[in-house]
Order: sequence, then C-alpha cells, then structure tokens
Amino acid sequence: MSASITLPEHPAATRIAGLGHFRPERVVTNDELAKTIDTNDEWIRTRVGIAERHFAAESDTVASMGAAAGRLAIADAGLTSADIDLVIVATCTLPTPIPHAATKVASLLDIQAPGAFDINAACAGFCYGLSTASALIRAGEARNVLLVGSEKLTDWIDPADRANAIIFADGAAAVVVTGAETAEIGPVAWGCAIDHTETIYIKDRESFIYQEGQTVFRWATSAIAPVAIEAARRAGVELSDIDVFASHQANLRIVESIAKKLIAAGASPDITIAKDIVTTGNTSSASIPIALDRMRQAGEVRSGDLVLAVGFGAGLTFGSQVFRCP
Amino acid sequence: MSNEDILAGLGEIVEEVAGVPAADVTADKSFTDDLDIDSLSMVEIAVQAEDKFGVKIPDDELANLKTVQDAVSYIERNKA
Ligand SMILES: CC(C)(COP(=O)(O)OP(=O)(O)OC[C@H]1O[C@@H](n2cnc3c(N)ncnc32)[C@H](O)[C@@H]1OP(=O)(O)O)[C@@H](O)C(=O)NCCC(=O)NCCS
Repeated sequence: MSASITLPEHPAATRIAGLGHFRPERVVTNDELAKTIDTNDEWIRTRVGIAERHFAAESDTVASMGAAAGRLAIADAGLTSADIDLVIVATCTLPTPIPHAATKVASLLDIQAPGAFDINAACAGFCYGLSTASALIRAGEARNVLLVGSEKLTDWIDPADRANAIIFADGAAAVVVTGAETAEIGPVAWGCAIDHTETIYIKDRESFIYQEGQTVFRWATSAIAPVAIEAARRAGVELSDIDVFASHQANLRIVESIAKKLIAAGASPDITIAKDIVTTGNTSSASIPIALDRMRQAGEVRSGDLVLAVGFGAGLTFGSQVFRCP
Repeated sequence: MSNEDILAGLGEIVEEVAGVPAADVTADKSFTDDLDIDSLSMVEIAVQAEDKFGVKIPDDELANLKTVQDAVSYIERNKA
C-alpha cells in the first residue's frame, strides 16, 4: 500500500517544430468537372471560390499521403523518425475503420513502435489533434508528436453529386509538436452543435457524403467567428496581434465572412487570410496545415508569425487555437 | 418600428453583405433578378436581419422571400 505512482517530468509549454504537406499530382479544373456534371466554372468560383483541386490516384491512400507529408514535417523540424514517440492521424475518410491510419503512417516512415491512434473530428480534426498533441506533451505522456491531417474525400463523394463533387478534394499535411519553454501553442476553444448532428453525414456503407449546404453555410458564417475570438482570448492575445487567419478551407465565402467579422472585432485589416481553397479545394482535416505550408513556401507567412486557426465541419464540430508558425 | 424603418435597416444590411447601394433596395425589387443577390448572400442577409429585428428566418421561410417587400412584410409580422 505504500508505493506511490510517479508522474513523468514534463515541459511547461509546446510549439510546432515542423510542417509539411502533400497534394496528389492530378489537378482537376472546374471545366473538367463540368464535362460530366451540370455545373460551370463561374458558378463554382463565385459560390465556393475554387478554381481547381487535386484528386488522389488509386494508389494514394490516407496513410500514404499522410506519410509523405509527415516525412517533410519531421525533416522541417530537424528531427528523424527515431525522435517521434507518438503518431496521431486526424481523418474522416478511411475506406475501412481498421486498421487505423496512424500505425500505417508510422510503418511507412519507419517510426519504431510509437503510440499511434487516429482521431475523427471531421474538418475540425487538425485543431482537435493539435490540442491533443499539445496536452499530451505538457502531461509528459509524449515528447515529439507527429500530427497528420490526411483525407481521401473522393472515396466518399458521388462524382455525379454536383453539390459535393465540386467542393471536396484530397491531400494531407503534418506538423511535429514538441515541448517548449515558452508557449507557442495556445489553449483550444472547441465544442460541437448538438442540434446539428445530422447536417453533414454518410448514411451507411453504400452511401456518400451528404450535407445540407445552406444550413452549414448559415452556421459557419454565424457561429464560427465567436469561436476564433474566444481562442484568441484564451491565449491572452489581442486580435490585433494576429498575423495570419488560417480557417478551414470549406468555402471561400465562409472564410471571407469569418475574416470580416474578425476584422470588425479588432483584427488588423491587413491580416493575412488563408485562401488556399482556390487551388486545393476542401480537404477537411488537412486544409489548415496545407494552407499554412503553402503560404509559408510562397513567402506570405513567415516563421514566428502568430496564426489563428479555426476548424469546423461535420458533427457539427468546431475547434480553434492560436499558435506560432514554425 | 415602421415599414420604412425596416426597409431602411434591410437596405443597410444588403449593402454591407452584397455591396448593393442601400438606396437601390426598394420594396418592389426582387433580390435575385433585380439586385443580383445569390442564395448564399441571402443566408447572410437573413442572419443579420435576425439580429437586427429580433426575428427568426429559417431556411424554408427564407426561400419564400423573393422581393424586398416579402422580406419587409415577413419581418413586420414576426418581429419581437
Ligand atoms: C454547397 C453550396 C455551395 C451550395 O450553394 P447553395 O447556394 O446553397 O446551392 P443551392 O442548392 O441552394 O442552389 C442554388 C442555385 O445554384 C444551382 N446549383 C447548385 N449546385 C450547383 C453547381 N454545382 N453548379 C452549378 N449550379 C449549381 C442550383 O440549381 C440553384 O439554382 P436556382 O437558384 O436557379 O434554382 C453552399 O450551400 C455551401 O457552400 N455551403 C457550405 C458547405 C460547406 O462549406 N461544407 C463543408 C463544411 S466542412
């Protein structure tokens, strides 16, 4: 009875040490989609903001795309596979529920026996995963976490359904989260809308993604800005301190509407707004880190910039936090 | 609040959401055909109108508001 359980040493804070992304090779333009479904380039650009997106090849999987992004993120962090002790994959588009993707990502990257699990918070998956990774490190349960957002949405889209076939796409991105002396990842503001559980869903194994587009649009343009504002408040930063607004890339109209509300609430009119949906489409849990990495590569975002990220989607689920770009 | 006040308030919302000058938002105009406002801007207008006038405008009711007058009458009937 006298033995007491010891808890691990742990860092006081966390940071994102590396970032990487993978977009499949095949680019699909609006005109290409218009060959098989009743739609057109102008409608898609004005309603959704997408000009083109990437579709996975048969051989690209949630795990293979996630591993490709993960390899880049680990290198960007200046680490090797041997340093990673936990792999988390945020995804909602596995073809089958088991095996989960994290073990396969670990195997593809030759990460020896890490903790490995998936989370499904749909398009909020990246923000949920970042909070999970950060909290586990601050509790001493992990040292270097590889967090991946990877989606093969085309597996779950009816190519003949013009409402969804024009929006969703494939891709992956990853970050390495590690301990830090001063906090570079703020606390999460998250939750879900329990009156909207059946607003975006897949009915059964034979079905595809279905959503009530206008209900989602209304919810996203009214409920999400307050969540992002709350994340900034919890992190103790002013909206005017935010350099980059990295929203989930659901629909450019949604992104712009939320950004407008943030600016009205005190964010700088010059804030950099992620608009990666234009050439990437909606890649669910991968959209925020893909956008961030591509903006970093383009020189629009610099290492050390203060980012306000917000993810939202099926559930309906939402999560937001402030962090520094690696 | 009079019908004129509702019309003026609606005009401000339409201008803010869709960039259509408030003065063009007159009772006989059709949102889609005359003011070139699409279904998603209508959703944003509805959300702001809910806040401003204390009404509920569910999606199925929104679909029936074809003209500015339809909206003014709906708000007049349902406002708090
Ligand atoms: C999906 C979405 C773009 C549809 O837009 P919408 O305005 O609600 O579309 P509607 O079904 O009401 O159709 C509006 C008009 O566009 C037409 N239309 C619909 N889809 C079209 C398409 N793919 N191409 C061309 N026209 C289309 C309709 O026929 C209709 O025309 P009409 O007014 O002449 O009858 C929009 O609801 C949306 O983006 N919602 C948010 C969804 C989202 O972001 N989900 C992801 C969350 S993670």
